[in-house]
Amino acid sequence: MIPGLRAGPAQHWGAARLVPLLRDEPIADLRLHRRVYDEDALSIVELHPREAYVSYIPHAFVATWTPDGTPAAAYGTQLCDPREPGLPRVAGLRFRRRMTRREDRHRLRFLPLHLALEGFLDLQFDGPPIAWEEWTRAAVARGLSPRVEEAYRGAEVRGLDDALRVFEIHPGQCGVALYLADALASVFVVPHPDDYRALHPTLLQDSYGELLYLYTQLYPAVPGFAQPLRDAAVHSVADLRAELSRVRAEWAAFHDEVMFTVRAMPSRPVYRLGRFTLSRFLPPFDPAAENHIGESITTPSGEVAYLKTFRLSAAQARRGHLLSRLAAHAWNLDETAAALGTDRQGLVVRLDRAGFGHLLRPDILDECRRTSAAHARA
Amino acid sequence: MELSELTACEDVVMFVNAAVAATGQREFHTEAEEQRLSLRFLHDYVRVNYREIYASTLALDINDLNAATIALHLLRSAQDVHLEQRRLEGRLIAARLARLAPQRVYRLFRALRAEGINNRRTRAIVRDWVAARPDVAFDAVKYRRGLTAAAGHAHLRLPTEVGTVLFDWRRPKRYATPILESWRRAHYEKDALFDLPYTVAEGLASTRRRDLDRAGFLRSIAPRLTELERLRLQRSGGEAVGGALERQPLTRLALYALSLPRPERSRRREELTAALRAAARRAAGRRAGTWGPVVAVLDDSYSSSGSAVKRRRPLAVALAAHYLLEALSPRYRGLWLNHTGDPLLVHPAGATPLGERLLDALEQRPDRVIVVSDGWDNAPPGQAAEVLRVWRQRLDPAGRTSVVHLNPVFDGEAFDVRRLSPFVPSVGVRDAEDIAALVELARFATGAASFAELSEYLRERVEGFLR
Repeated sequence: MIPGLRAGPAQHWGAARLVPLLRDEPIADLRLHRRVYDEDALSIVELHPREAYVSYIPHAFVATWTPDGTPAAAYGTQLCDPREPGLPRVAGLRFRRRMTRREDRHRLRFLPLHLALEGFLDLQFDGPPIAWEEWTRAAVARGLSPRVEEAYRGAEVRGLDDALRVFEIHPGQCGVALYLADALASVFVVPHPDDYRALHPTLLQDSYGELLYLYTQLYPAVPGFAQPLRDAAVHSVADLRAELSRVRAEWAAFHDEVMFTVRAMPSRPVYRLGRFTLSRFLPPFDPAAENHIGESITTPSGEVAYLKTFRLSAAQARRGHLLSRLAAHAWNLDETAAALGTDRQGLVVRLDRAGFGHLLRPDILDECRRTSAAHARA
Repeated sequence: MELSELTACEDVVMFVNAAVAATGQREFHTEAEEQRLSLRFLHDYVRVNYREIYASTLALDINDLNAATIALHLLRSAQDVHLEQRRLEGRLIAARLARLAPQRVYRLFRALRAEGINNRRTRAIVRDWVAARPDVAFDAVKYRRGLTAAAGHAHLRLPTEVGTVLFDWRRPKRYATPILESWRRAHYEKDALFDLPYTVAEGLASTRRRDLDRAGFLRSIAPRLTELERLRLQRSGGEAVGGALERQPLTRLALYALSLPRPERSRRREELTAALRAAARRAAGRRAGTWGPVVAVLDDSYSSSGSAVKRRRPLAVALAAHYLLEALSPRYRGLWLNHTGDPLLVHPAGATPLGERLLDALEQRPDRVIVVSDGWDNAPPGQAAEVLRVWRQRLDPAGRTSVVHLNPVFDGEAFDVRRLSPFVPSVGVRDAEDIAALVELARFATGAASFAELSEYLRERVEGFLR
């Protein structure tokens, strides 16, 4: 479980189950950049002027920062010093009416940097470091560009809008673990309850993997999680109270050990400001397990101030797995195949199926396709 | 008790709960369409299977929407029952319509016309109701479309000028009836506007008198405002409209208090608290101070903020219940789920840890525990039911403390208000003023009382209602 946070009682609606993550002591010196709050609803406590105060802007946050009021999106999650003049780094947004309409109804293609996946897309983006003869010239020269992954926006996920609307935010809640059909979809943690209140609806704008989208179509409702009290143990009001706290502890332990599948992973620091470090992490790309990518802001003591994760779908995890294996063996086909427990032909077929066929020379690819088709016929 | 009787009892209690709490509007969790669908089914089901009981629910404190719907259903299917029952139904409908707000009755008349229901009893009910109105000419101005529909549909004999103003209003040069003459003149003359009811004057002013400024208009129309209009205009009306807090019903007052921002509530604390306490004393009437020790568990979770059409309604019912119980019992304690301190400053936010708070209430071992909540117990889910079960089975098997759950929200999916536990009766509540009567009704909700007892209770209520 995440240090500094504990799980509260879950609330469920349709296929979504939301587990609030509570913080006993909110982090007051890292707050959401005050300009993303509505000017009227400014609720940041003024700290002592000499105290360090850092603000952050989560990814994919769209606000009117620009002087002329045009909308702009945060260019990646950022840490900034609010006393510093100037705007955060933003990417201007242009809305084309037809494009947005189409996106509303159909599957969405998300743009790199639009959401918190650049770390994943960035993986082996440069292509083979050594010009092995099997790879095409384009693969060696330009790498994997353009690299595209697809996901669904939260608004497309069935029932998520209602689940977020009826969710009752706990006092002191600084995060949420969102389960769709009881599969962990996303973990979202912020430093302060006020930030959470402001950002709770943005879960609907986040992207969710294809698998989770399908789960919500297939499993329209998750069952309630009833915890019976042991009445034999109750002889007085104090016993009953003890039962209540036992049940509470049991639920928290069950959630942390069984349901919560994001594990501590080696992360890559991206930026440092004050005592806070912004970093990204990638999973080990094990196709048999759940793979979560994400970004976090941590304090030196290891406390997590901000966290956002995205669960990769199975195909995405497979792609990540192949790329990381290739990287480990400097894109040498035979060595990689040996490491994966297959032969050159098997690896080529796998690369082809994962959508990386265009990186291989066509004659090699055709040969492997032919042989594997012949194998299948035999 | 036989199974059929038990089912009948449950069905009836379910319907009464729905008839009290359901308004066919959007709630926090369910959409309006879902609510209406569920309500339509309940009306059909109970009317077909328990016709007599269906009619006698008109004598209970059900809400206006359901009263009008029951009247409509009864008149529509009058041919299904024998004469004796038809007569009783006619009297019940007439008695209920006399207590309804006129705009709702006129809406019912319009529905009768739209559905083509025009039997002799219907015409008699319309005729008697219109005849009992204090001033038909006033209705002809204020409820013009409704009265036109009723008069056309039931062939009413109206005073000559009222008939003219409804059906041939372009012809006369002037009317002898003062209000009709004012209405005619108000189309051309500013001063005549202020002799009209507020809603009519506002409509005419907005189309014909665009030069009239709002503050001046309100100042001049202020004496013609009804109590409700005055309350509704408290905030937008400014200086011109004031002093509407006396004589308001308790729940409405609570709704008004909660509509104010919290700084204003704390600034006007004495005034609001005094008004709420006075309203609670009026609602308690002779029962004031007669109840034993009571502890209330009041829901102020986020879901008590209601919906866009029923803003903060569940919370307002809880707040009104707090003041009413304070008046009913000298030894009263109220426990909010999240809020502490002055109840006037309560705010709908946070989760619903009903189980824990219920235990806090039960621990004090009062005579009664009253829970006002929408029943979405979620921190952790279902804990209230478990606490109540263990309490009843292990700690209070004799049932010294009676627990009643009052639910202001109808759950369309369950065709009933959401229940807390099978050990505790759950009853619907619309206005906190009815709590004393509802607590009485609650004993039928657990299945402890027989169908005969329930029928007897309803018969008594009907007799009292028709007297």
